[in-house]
Amino acid sequence: MQVNGEYKPTIVAFCCNWCSYAGADLSGTNRLTYPDNVKIIRIPCSCRLNPMFILRAFQRGADGVILCGCHPGDCHYTTGNYYARRRMTLLFSMLDFLGIERERTRVEWVSAAEGAKFAATMNEFTAQVAKLGENKRLEDLRCKK
Amino acid sequence: MQEVMKKALELLQNGTVSRILGWKTGDFFYDLTPAVFESAEEVEKDFVFSPFCGANLSKYLIKESRKEGKIAVFLKPCDSYSFVQLLKEHRIIRDNVYVVGVACDGMCDIEKMKELGVKGVTAVREDGENLVCETLYGEKTVARKDALLERCVSCKSKKVVMFDEMLGENGEENPESHRFDKVAELEAMTPDERFAFWQNELSRCIRCNACRNVCPACSCEKCVFDNANSGIANKAAVTSFEEQNFHIIRAFHVASRCTDCGECSRVCPQHIPLHLLNRKFIKDINELYGEYQAGADMDTKPPLMNFTKDDCEPSIVHERGGDK
Amino acid sequence: MKKLSLSKLNELFSALSQKGELYIPADEKNGQAKFTLWQEGLSMTENLNTVRSAKDLFFPQVEQMVDFKVSGKEIEIVENRHTAEDFIIFGVRACDAKSFEILDRVFLSEPVDTFYKERRDHATVVTLACDKPEETCFCTAFGIDASNPAGDVSAWKVGEELYLRANTEKGEKLLSSLNLEDADESAVEETKAEIKKTLEKLPFGKLNLNGFDGEHLMEKFNRPEWAELSEACLGCGTCTFVCPTCQCYDVKDFDTGSGVQRYRCWDSCMYSDFTMMAHGTNRPTQKERFRQRFMHKLVYFPSNNDGIYGCVGCGRCLQKCPIHMNIVKVAKTLGEGEK
Repeated sequence: MQVNGEYKPTIVAFCCNWCSYAGADLSGTNRLTYPDNVKIIRIPCSCRLNPMFILRAFQRGADGVILCGCHPGDCHYTTGNYYARRRMTLLFSMLDFLGIERERTRVEWVSAAEGAKFAATMNEFTAQVAKLGENKRLEDLRCKK
Repeated sequence: MQEVMKKALELLQNGTVSRILGWKTGDFFYDLTPAVFESAEEVEKDFVFSPFCGANLSKYLIKESRKEGKIAVFLKPCDSYSFVQLLKEHRIIRDNVYVVGVACDGMCDIEKMKELGVKGVTAVREDGENLVCETLYGEKTVARKDALLERCVSCKSKKVVMFDEMLGENGEENPESHRFDKVAELEAMTPDERFAFWQNELSRCIRCNACRNVCPACSCEKCVFDNANSGIANKAAVTSFEEQNFHIIRAFHVASRCTDCGECSRVCPQHIPLHLLNRKFIKDINELYGEYQAGADMDTKPPLMNFTKDDCEPSIVHERGGDK
Repeated sequence: MKKLSLSKLNELFSALSQKGELYIPADEKNGQAKFTLWQEGLSMTENLNTVRSAKDLFFPQVEQMVDFKVSGKEIEIVENRHTAEDFIIFGVRACDAKSFEILDRVFLSEPVDTFYKERRDHATVVTLACDKPEETCFCTAFGIDASNPAGDVSAWKVGEELYLRANTEKGEKLLSSLNLEDADESAVEETKAEIKKTLEKLPFGKLNLNGFDGEHLMEKFNRPEWAELSEACLGCGTCTFVCPTCQCYDVKDFDTGSGVQRYRCWDSCMYSDFTMMAHGTNRPTQKERFRQRFMHKLVYFPSNNDGIYGCVGCGRCLQKCPIHMNIVKVAKTLGEGEK
């Protein structure tokens, strides 16, 4: 997306309800800043993330997608994030196999106490995606305004 | 080959089973159809086992094993892996199936033979290592090894993993199959080259869904792509995104359950090498979570339904491969 | 009749492409043929036929119909339909040429499908006689003569020459605008006879279709053999999508986030959700879906269209069906001819 002549990537951050979403909240209450083009979608657990959600985020205009969940071992449902970890590893590898830039996807574990880590991660990831420019390889032209 | 038919007759006549699942002869020897035979007369008339029995029969057992009476099925080594995987997923009622394992030295592909220039084939016969084709334009001979299905060229195993009875000698797994060579070749390319490769392949997709419908691991009652309420149902790929989306999700949904039976590529009318997507997942699983062969046994958990506490992080995808 | 040396085929394509977009059957990277937009350097395939039929050029798999733009409570309707320019299809086989007639009966009867008509009006079809029919061909069963194909212009390869004959005004106009040598009709007679000889040998050439008509509709519909014939059917859409005469489509809306794009795309009677949009009680099992496809081609269509079958015998479904069940096996099983 172009904002005042400057390119700003659209980032979709899927955050688990129990840790990362609270982490995002904490970063807000602590008045830490992270880019306003990060769109947070709350999910019950990182393992709720259907791979199709990621693909559809790209279809609908995301330039980067990040999944945040509880640290391994700390899952509210005990083991959800372990499954998510395997799934995302394979999915990202498949995207890479199809020639889609691997820097557009990431998984980061953020606890409810890590507001600073959340803000830092988003800043860093946004900068990383900004370098790549617009998502062209998984885009759906119909969804471009 | 006669032995297989004899066995089918015997099982029907001695009352072991009431039906036989096998392959029915066509008009040209190569055009076989999976079929259920209910009587000795039917078997004698139409039953056939030949180098064109590529079709994997195990998926039909989901339906057939739920019917009344016992059914005998002939499974080639690769089909037996699909069979075990389906059993593991509780999709087949084992008690209603009598499995006859058949040794296999590779199945042939008529499309490949046509690409080799054999046109107008009206009949094929085996002659040692060759296939002799009668065509509208005279006789043509093709070496059997040149006509093999893609999956047979890099056959992973000649071992029937589950059977009630074995015809011929059971074979061994083949660790030297080189089945990941093409995947590795693609991995070694730059992302731009890979993207171009897949754009070219996937753009030919006509969304006939043959790859999905033939797949023994795709056994959902209702596919998300057919469900009008899912929001992503589509009958044709309108944009390249929808092509990618369908094929990524198709492969992902069967990842760690896919036995690499190769049916998806066999049935693709557009010759898209779909098995490469599945093999990429298998290769990754083998490298990251330890060697795993879906359908090889009844006990192990598929890697995507399993985990260890010290699994690698997804960032490994970014780290390996370096600049590539 | 006109003629041209085959070595000058490229120059012919170049000249034709000056008159509009030119499509020729060319090999893709995997060795299978497809009607492809001609560009310098593209040569014609050696394959008999393309995987997808020539109907794609009149009735594409996906076609935009109209856009709806939404802003607040306002909905604006934006026309975005494709407007065709003159184009030429070269190298169409006799079967595909006949399929256009069948599609015309569907799309050009009232109410006329203007999307289809637009493309049809702007096209000039150049057919090519089949020098090497395949075993899966059975066009002769439908009275199609592959040695003398229809179309606006018919063409024959004879030795090192290409002979062209105009059949319609459009064809006449096209040929006269090209710089071609005159030739005599008799030059292609020998080739025609040779092709006919091959056609005689086709294993399904004399497929017996007696009894496939409106008179025997219920009898055919109720035949018990449908269960066995459809038993192995995967329910994929391969046969319908490679078929030159299948014409069913679905109209769908895509929500773009800022509006709606309405498009139509091919549909297949083999799919479980076929005609689901109209009601919730459509054909429940693959047997009924399978029966529909073949009843449509061999019984319903002829009984509504002066006895013309909805099949042209191109043999694509015979080649591509993953389980090798096809219209010929159906006709043989249910028909009066030899089994």
